[in-house]
Amino acid sequence: MYVAVKGGERAIEHAHRLLAHERRGNPDTPEIALAQISGQLGLAVDRVMSEGSLYDRELAALAIKQARGDMIEAIFLLRAFRATLPRFGASEPLDTARMEVRRRISSTFKDIPGGQILGPTFDYTHRLLDPQLAENSSPEAPAISEPLDMAMPRVTDILGRDGLIEPSPQPASDDAAVGDLTREPLSFPADRDLRLQNLSRADEGFLLAMGYSTQRGYGRNHPFAGEIRFGEVEVEFFAEDAGFAVPLGSIELTECQMVNQFKGSATEAPCFTRGYGLVFGQCERKSMSMALVDRSLRARELGEEVLAPAQDEEFVMSHSDNVQATGFVEHLKLPHYVDFQSELGLLRRLRKEFAEGISDEPVREAAE
Amino acid sequence: MTAISDEKRGSGGSIVVRKDAMRILAHSATEDVTKLLQAVALPNHEFLREPESGLVMMRGRIGGDGRAFNLGEATVSRAVARLMSGEVGFGYTLGRDQDKARLMALCDALIQTEQFVGDIEARVIAPLRTALSQRRSRQAAETAATKVDFYTMVRGEG
Repeated sequence: MYVAVKGGERAIEHAHRLLAHERRGNPDTPEIALAQISGQLGLAVDRVMSEGSLYDRELAALAIKQARGDMIEAIFLLRAFRATLPRFGASEPLDTARMEVRRRISSTFKDIPGGQILGPTFDYTHRLLDPQLAENSSPEAPAISEPLDMAMPRVTDILGRDGLIEPSPQPASDDAAVGDLTREPLSFPADRDLRLQNLSRADEGFLLAMGYSTQRGYGRNHPFAGEIRFGEVEVEFFAEDAGFAVPLGSIELTECQMVNQFKGSATEAPCFTRGYGLVFGQCERKSMSMALVDRSLRARELGEEVLAPAQDEEFVMSHSDNVQATGFVEHLKLPHYVDFQSELGLLRRLRKEFAEGISDEPVREAAE
Repeated sequence: MTAISDEKRGSGGSIVVRKDAMRILAHSATEDVTKLLQAVALPNHEFLREPESGLVMMRGRIGGDGRAFNLGEATVSRAVARLMSGEVGFGYTLGRDQDKARLMALCDALIQTEQFVGDIEARVIAPLRTALSQRRSRQAAETAATKVDFYTMVRGEG
């Protein structure tokens, strides 16, 4: 059956006009500026950059404004924008050991070299709503003290010196190919580089739930937060025209090193295993969740039985992307008139047959 | 992309000097660079490549020090400038600010000339370097104030 799909243009146009009006809110209040979103809703911007997989604060702020604060819509907008730009290439690998650290904590060593640095954190706040923020606030200037010796070895490097933790996997060669899921469709089994790329742009809520499930026993990791650090890292890009690696500026990153249960064998002494999280911006919860899930997805590599969802890379990687997920869930609201008409026709026929069957042979039907 | 063939190797700053200037400029605001560059009598120049914006894939390392993986992209702008005397300069910066890429390319070309390397360093890069290091020091001091000082509770008379 043919069902008209034209029409509705005027309704759509009017709906978009209404949306723009609603987005603006009460015109008697000042319009929100991108610098305000970037400066005062900075963690929302970080989340949109991380899941939009595009580092650009201004664009992420614009996306949040346009999406009226709907984060997944904003992430979708950023991903769509990304597709309009050419790619110049890939950066030199970022060196997180040389981060300008603004926060760095370890739950495994109290006296870690470089110290425990809390930085701007919600930790230890009382989670009581602050009525003062309902009015204009003028916070105290930050406290200052003598800058630290910035040499801050990673906790995993310290453990690694004594062989207490497995080393990071090294490339087969310097120019070994790096998997890119924006270029090739996913196939399984997927290597750890592809898994980490997938996790770094994954939905925070999904990763949080997956990480949480491992703590509750669905793929137990026995994790310790070896180290979490947040700060700025310099980026360099090998520019072929210039003939050397040019500095591009720096980006903010959160890194989490999870230290997990031992592994050993007849030939190898037992040592801790690792889970790794690295995310754009200050996204601590997400980097921790990512490190938990990175570790659980190494089940097969480490000879563990794959029993839980968080150990199943196909399950995790196929459902972690909120743009894909929202596309498929939300497509259900688009016209399915033809599909539904055919289902309706089938159902009517079945019901008719059922009713006729009952009236024809009531006794036999009841006997069954 | 191939190297620009008629590039002249200037007798000014070395690659180390150029990279240092690029880093300082990438961290500075376009308005500040523009203002400081007004103090330099600029020679004739052209843009071999007009500014363009695109993406660079950021790469991390597994575990921080292992095999590389693709983390996500960042916006980057770039431009290429050439002085009439032949020096070719490159401007690359995070973000979509094409004016900044243009200014950076011009500075990079100037730094390669014996005539301008001193001027650019003294009038543009040095003040920006000072401002950047002040910003960094302030941030480092604020960060340092949040360092935890553990103390041990002494129990009994020992």
